[in-house]
Amino acid sequence: MLNRVLIAEDLYLLRDGLVRLLQAHDFTVVGAVETGPELLKALIELRPDVSVVDVRLPPTLTDEGLKASLEARRKIPGLPILVLSQHVEQLYARELLADGTGGIGYLLKDRVFNADQFVDAVRRVAAGGTAMDPEVISKLLASNARNEPLAALTPREREVLEVMAEGRSNAAIAQRLYLSESAVAKHTANIFAKLDLAPSDDDNRRVLAVLTYLNSR
Amino acid sequence: MRFGRAMLLLAMAFVEVGILLVALPMLTLAFAFGMVFLYPPQVMMVRWAAELTRRWAREWAGVEIAPPYLPKPPPVQPQPDGWYRHDRTLYKTPRVPEWSNRWKWLISDTASWRDSLWLLWDPMVKITLAPLLILLPRVGVRLYALWARALLAPTAASLLAGRVRHLDRVRNLANDTQAAEMRRIERDLHDGTQARLVALGMTIGAVEELIEKDPKAAKALLAKARDASADTLTELRRVVRGIHPPVLAERGIGDAVRAMAMDSPLRVEVDVDLPHRPEAPVEAAAYFAVSELLSNAARHGRAERARVDISQHDGDLRITVEDDGLGGADPAKGSGLAGIERRLAAFDGVLALHSPPGGPTTVTMELPRSLPEKGSSGAVPKMPLWKTCVVVFLWLTAWCPFFPQGMVAAIFKVFSIDEKAWFLALYLPEPWQWPVIALMMLVGGTMYAAAVLIPATHSQKSQWAPPRLSFNRC
Repeated sequence: MLNRVLIAEDLYLLRDGLVRLLQAHDFTVVGAVETGPELLKALIELRPDVSVVDVRLPPTLTDEGLKASLEARRKIPGLPILVLSQHVEQLYARELLADGTGGIGYLLKDRVFNADQFVDAVRRVAAGGTAMDPEVISKLLASNARNEPLAALTPREREVLEVMAEGRSNAAIAQRLYLSESAVAKHTANIFAKLDLAPSDDDNRRVLAVLTYLNSR
Repeated sequence: MRFGRAMLLLAMAFVEVGILLVALPMLTLAFAFGMVFLYPPQVMMVRWAAELTRRWAREWAGVEIAPPYLPKPPPVQPQPDGWYRHDRTLYKTPRVPEWSNRWKWLISDTASWRDSLWLLWDPMVKITLAPLLILLPRVGVRLYALWARALLAPTAASLLAGRVRHLDRVRNLANDTQAAEMRRIERDLHDGTQARLVALGMTIGAVEELIEKDPKAAKALLAKARDASADTLTELRRVVRGIHPPVLAERGIGDAVRAMAMDSPLRVEVDVDLPHRPEAPVEAAAYFAVSELLSNAARHGRAERARVDISQHDGDLRITVEDDGLGGADPAKGSGLAGIERRLAAFDGVLALHSPPGGPTTVTMELPRSLPEKGSSGAVPKMPLWKTCVVVFLWLTAWCPFFPQGMVAAIFKVFSIDEKAWFLALYLPEPWQWPVIALMMLVGGTMYAAAVLIPATHSQKSQWAPPRLSFNRC
């Protein structure tokens, strides 16, 4: 079971809340750090199964958390990290996705409100999957507005693509969009054909292919 | 051609004598006989001649002479009751207050008197220069332009006054812009966030009441409250973005513009070449200017592609935004361009727009001295090692020729003290002694002067230079 989690957050209340929330869902919190340098050290030494990291951390209160995460993933490729932020930016999403390995998440802090979905996202990232905020996905799609293969998708296929890009499995897409799993599988096959991507049965690999595709424009 | 110009200058001398013959009686009448209404036309006449000379100096000799005059007083505005006020008197028509303002404007301007002085001397200077103007027109015209600059250019004081006026205007604009921003933020917070928080509080209050009677309904309401708080956060994020975009705070102008480019409906290419981050207020002004330009390009220009280039030139921040839109942008037509100009003006920044109808539109913005220069900012540039060595050597050795070999030897000689010691000059034959002593003192003095001047001239290069305020529009 992948449940050793590291938390990096400078606000005491939120850090404490995250620790409690994750402990309540059978995670073992191996560390809770406050600053960027501490985070980088902990990431490399503890190698947690998954880390929940705030973008803005002391001492500079800029993008310290993001920088430490990217640095750690350069040293340990695929180290699962879920980045939380008060705002989501395509620029940061693209930087996080640039190495093309999984185990990465980028969510608005608001998503913590919905505990089940948040814990689900943490588990997905721990298992090497992705968890992208719907807002990131809609921005990515918007900046792909002039992309012809994407414009050729039917509205239903587009919906499936959006949910898939968030990092969901076919089963989860089916549940969210009230479709049968076989219908989702059919839509997915169509999407991959239209975007000229190699089909894959593995959920994680499929999501990464889509994100890399959106990212390349 | 050159000869023709020289001739024209000489011909102008006669016109000037004519003006002088009219102006002197006018001045006398105005001040000695109280016919003050003659003064303004007299000043205007002299100014016409001076302005013409300034133009010729610029066009023919390349000698730039900026007009030194104070700006015209603004037109008199009536009070709410329709009367015109001047000091403690009210007038029915604006004529008298207008006239007094004009009078004050002309008589208080020292440039008027400098103009008159120039006019008095100019015909004589021209006649003196006449042989040169005829034989070597090029040199003559240039020499003449230099003379004209001596009296027609603004003095340091009037330049400074102009600068103060400019800063004053810019400060007012900046304050206005800031106040408007504050009002906008206040409105956003008041109408959006605050209202949502009130609703959230009311929902939670309702939950409090319901929780025991009807736990199911309370739970549903709580879910609603959670959604409402998420909406409030979304709203707040939008407001924060409008105040200071998070990426700008976290990464600086380069990445902030890159992030903006990604979110833009246009295909934007961004080129950033900055060794340092500019100061935060400058960064924000530049960011919002680029943002406004890109949205203008998409909205009014119907562009598809754009290019943003951010670079530095000797400490100036230069940003070029190019788009392939329709062109024909005009700041006067109330697109956001005037607003951008105002924002930039607060930092002495300027904007140059090139937007022919049919496009493409290119906007170049320059914010002077907004980047720290290489090394520490504002410090005196460091001298090269050899200069430092020379200065140290001079300070260490200059005393020797100056005091013992110069001053002391001179004193010995004046008081005829019969002691030669190691004073070289006193060993020489009598007629050589004084010249050598003088030479020694000269050498020592020169060495001291050099030791002072070398560092002084070196630090002068970093002195403040007036900003280039060139608004060019096509």
